[in-house]
Amino acid sequence: MSKTILIVGGGLAGTIVANGMCRQLNSELRNGSVNITMLGTTETHMYQPGLLYVPFGRIREAELYRDQRRVLDRRVNFFVDPAKHIDVEKNQVTTEKGRTFKYDYLVLATGSRIMPQNIPGMAEAGHWFYDIEGARKLRTALNNFEGGKIIVNVNAPHKCPVAPLEVTFMLNEFFKGKGMSDKVEITYTYPIGRLHALEPVAHWSKPEFDKQGIKYETFFNTESVNPEKKTIRSMEGVELPFDLLITIPPHMGQQVIIDSDLGKGGWVPTNTKTLHREGSTNVFVVGDTTNIPISKAGSTAHFEADVLIDNLVSLVTEGAWAREYDGKVFCFVETGLGTGTYVWFDYKTPPNPGPPSQMIHWFKLAYNRLYWLSARGLL
Amino acid sequence: MATTTIDGRGSFCPGPLMELIAALKLAAVGDEIEVLSSDKGSANDIPAWINKVGHTHVGTTDKGGYWSILVKKAK
Repeated sequence: MSKTILIVGGGLAGTIVANGMCRQLNSELRNGSVNITMLGTTETHMYQPGLLYVPFGRIREAELYRDQRRVLDRRVNFFVDPAKHIDVEKNQVTTEKGRTFKYDYLVLATGSRIMPQNIPGMAEAGHWFYDIEGARKLRTALNNFEGGKIIVNVNAPHKCPVAPLEVTFMLNEFFKGKGMSDKVEITYTYPIGRLHALEPVAHWSKPEFDKQGIKYETFFNTESVNPEKKTIRSMEGVELPFDLLITIPPHMGQQVIIDSDLGKGGWVPTNTKTLHREGSTNVFVVGDTTNIPISKAGSTAHFEADVLIDNLVSLVTEGAWAREYDGKVFCFVETGLGTGTYVWFDYKTPPNPGPPSQMIHWFKLAYNRLYWLSARGLL
Repeated sequence: MATTTIDGRGSFCPGPLMELIAALKLAAVGDEIEVLSSDKGSANDIPAWINKVGHTHVGTTDKGGYWSILVKKAK
């Protein structure tokens, strides 16, 4: 009897899992003892980290997209038909088009979404770069900006935890390049009492901010934005004026997770090592969808996906378990428009970023293209 | 009233306080959240922040090697 592996979500995590399994299950796919099905929400696959470069005109939009069917191994049964209800008791998923998919193993890779509407006034007054419409709008705003106060406002929870620092350094260099440094004041706000959740990154970035004249306000959790007065107020009672508000909006998981009663806020309770959904033996969670208290980032999704591929392949072919996820995360950190560094850590090893260099920035630019090899399960 | 536990032990990023901030957004008034943290800084920062924004710090227990910080959403 054929075993069905059903993947809900066609972002990076789901795509790596699908392609990685195809590469290891050649004979099983050929003889029909395994089939792999993916339910996605769009025909296209987006390289999300590339959005950071859009506002600065440093990447062409066409570079961000590929046809998802071309990214996926052709042996994956891919449907653009979003999941509407996930029933982990009956081992089935129903879709918006009314189909029902049964599974033997389910992979939840539904990802996260930005929710600027969850903070009063933010959607009206804020700019962001976490989706293509926002990134385009921010690009126009930056090109038209004649000077004044810019706030880079970070909210919890959010994915890609170094992106707020990166955009701040890039903004500073962008305006310096335009000869507008004396007309622009950048203030960065962060929810906890330092500039970044990673303590070594916070320690590194503070003197950099001081050196570059970037202001900051820590312990700043946004309560509301006043679009008329152009002010932003924190729960801690601080109010700041702005001419341009760039926000990293709070995130939530997907609605289908909430509607299926699989996790508060759309985050699925997940075993930190096995990546099982808590309470299930045949449901796995990968990428932003988990509630694991580590960075929501593409690299997290990638390292989790690698573990999940090995375990699913091993379960399907040998009925045995392969290995556990060690919490590994790796992030490039752009420290301007021409330099970068990187940070990695796992459940046991604390992060320790090295000095920024041009070489690492170039490697990040190279990775902007190598990403498509990651998604295909080749890198 | 519901109680949620955040096991932030060994979490370098986003860390216990960021996890707590996110969890409070999803909690109802009166819900309690227990944060487990192996980081002494968080054991000090969390009560300070909780008092600043008007929630309730129910208590902190030294569990030997880690701390349990209990918080109640007050508004």
